[in-house]
Amino acid sequence: MSDGEQAVQRIQQLYPDAVVGTAAYRGQHWVEIVAGRLVEVCRWLRDDAAQRFDFLVDVTAVHWPDDEQPMELVYHFFSYPRNDRLRLKTRTGATGPVASLSGLWNSAAWNERETYDMFGVVFEGHPDLRRILMPDDYSDFPLRREFPLYRG
Amino acid sequence: MGHTFERSEEHPDIITVNMGPSHPATHGVLRLVLKLDGEQVVDCVPHLGYLHRGMEKIAENRTYLQFIPYTDRMDYLSPLAANIGFALAVEELLGVQVPPRCQVLRVICCELARIGSHLLWLGTHALDLGAGTVFFHTFKDREWHYDLVEDLTGARLTTSFARVGGMLHDADSAWLGRLREFVDAFPGRADEYEALLTGNTIWLKRTQGVGKISGADAISYGMTGPPLRAAGVEHDLRRARPYSGYENYDFEIPTGSEGDIYDRYLVRIEEMRQSCRILDQALRNLPDGPVNIDDPKIFLPPKKKVLTSMEELIHQFMIVTEGFECPAGEVYHSTEVPKGELGFYIISDGGRSPYRLRIRSPSFNNLATLPHLVEGGLIADVIANIASLDPVMGEVDR
Repeated sequence: MSDGEQAVQRIQQLYPDAVVGTAAYRGQHWVEIVAGRLVEVCRWLRDDAAQRFDFLVDVTAVHWPDDEQPMELVYHFFSYPRNDRLRLKTRTGATGPVASLSGLWNSAAWNERETYDMFGVVFEGHPDLRRILMPDDYSDFPLRREFPLYRG
Repeated sequence: MGHTFERSEEHPDIITVNMGPSHPATHGVLRLVLKLDGEQVVDCVPHLGYLHRGMEKIAENRTYLQFIPYTDRMDYLSPLAANIGFALAVEELLGVQVPPRCQVLRVICCELARIGSHLLWLGTHALDLGAGTVFFHTFKDREWHYDLVEDLTGARLTTSFARVGGMLHDADSAWLGRLREFVDAFPGRADEYEALLTGNTIWLKRTQGVGKISGADAISYGMTGPPLRAAGVEHDLRRARPYSGYENYDFEIPTGSEGDIYDRYLVRIEEMRQSCRILDQALRNLPDGPVNIDDPKIFLPPKKKVLTSMEELIHQFMIVTEGFECPAGEVYHSTEVPKGELGFYIISDGGRSPYRLRIRSPSFNNLATLPHLVEGGLIADVIANIASLDPVMGEVDR
């Protein structure tokens, strides 16, 4: 099975009301779920004996300004025991909020801070949600699409 | 931020000390705010971003080829590895596979980058802990390595050597001969570094049992690369997720058992030897044939054809002025660079630049463990811990 395929199928079976859609490209499968079920599904992905996604590789966002829910949060998982990868997505409004995964994986802490710093998405339950790359007194969110590359 | 020392009124014995961002042992512009009780570290808060250049934003406004020079400037101690990691991600998005000779050439570049990166790590790590002699040995050999990189790519640091669908150019036989001399001599050099450190009492006291992390914690913190393997997790993307034909090479994945600074040291030393093994096999099995794909819509056509054929001239003009289009889709592709897992997550909307390019940096995630490693330890060990994580701020801040 290609990356994430089995996990995506299981999520569809177990959490049918949470799944918004699934897709695949070049053998990489992903699933979009509703934001309110994020922690529940992620905890299952980490703890289920057939999943064991013990490594949260990356947290980031993609801004789609024309969409009703413009922020797409993207989580990449890896399972060391199963050598499998999974991409999980969820949508929120421009400033979130979305639940933090820092209670499940320590790697969420800094990556969520960066996502907040760059996109302005608020992660609820994050222990230390501050900017990480930009100065503390900075007011913009540079990776939003409307942020200009040059400011004359 | 103007102060350096600050004594808290509630806890008069706790002193806040600022370290960096310009400090010789932070290996770049990293700032730490440390709370100290005597010599003991009570709290450590890293401040990043001094080298943030907005690479992910820039990528949305550049063609895929134009982004390659930016990858030099992430981990500037192993730019070749980042060049290739990015090229592989775009090739995955396009569904393109490079010819066998290119694959082997890329393995050579990646392993050369690993040796170069680890040489800098070892020299500065030892220097930070007072063993200055090691620094001169490793930097002498690092110059040798840089001579090879410069002869191959034309640059020591800003190599920009990979292309989507190939490489800037082939390696000639004279260069391969010089690389052979390096590969044959280097394991002996590694023995010399070890003679200076591995049984050295001061080195052992400064590194053994210091900065320990368990395998489970390392995984939870998103640690990758040598620090993860030193914590006993036998994982290497070259083995777990082979790319560029790594499945065809015989090499070992060194691991540690304690997860301390000493284990990270041993793992990287052994990785340099294993890189030499891989280089040796690559040199013996380098196939003949083309290096680049024959697809003038993606890869620049040969100059001779550009000067004689209208069609090739147009292709060159289009690639240089506008770049090529990538089909709409998204991929995550990662490679095992010297620091750990370097991932590129690219979303294409069918255009000539990425709609979104996310860089998953190993240095960023490894550095996130620093407070966990140093809290409760001594201030002198902060320096040893930073060096043992081997972060490169260019890659942390991007």
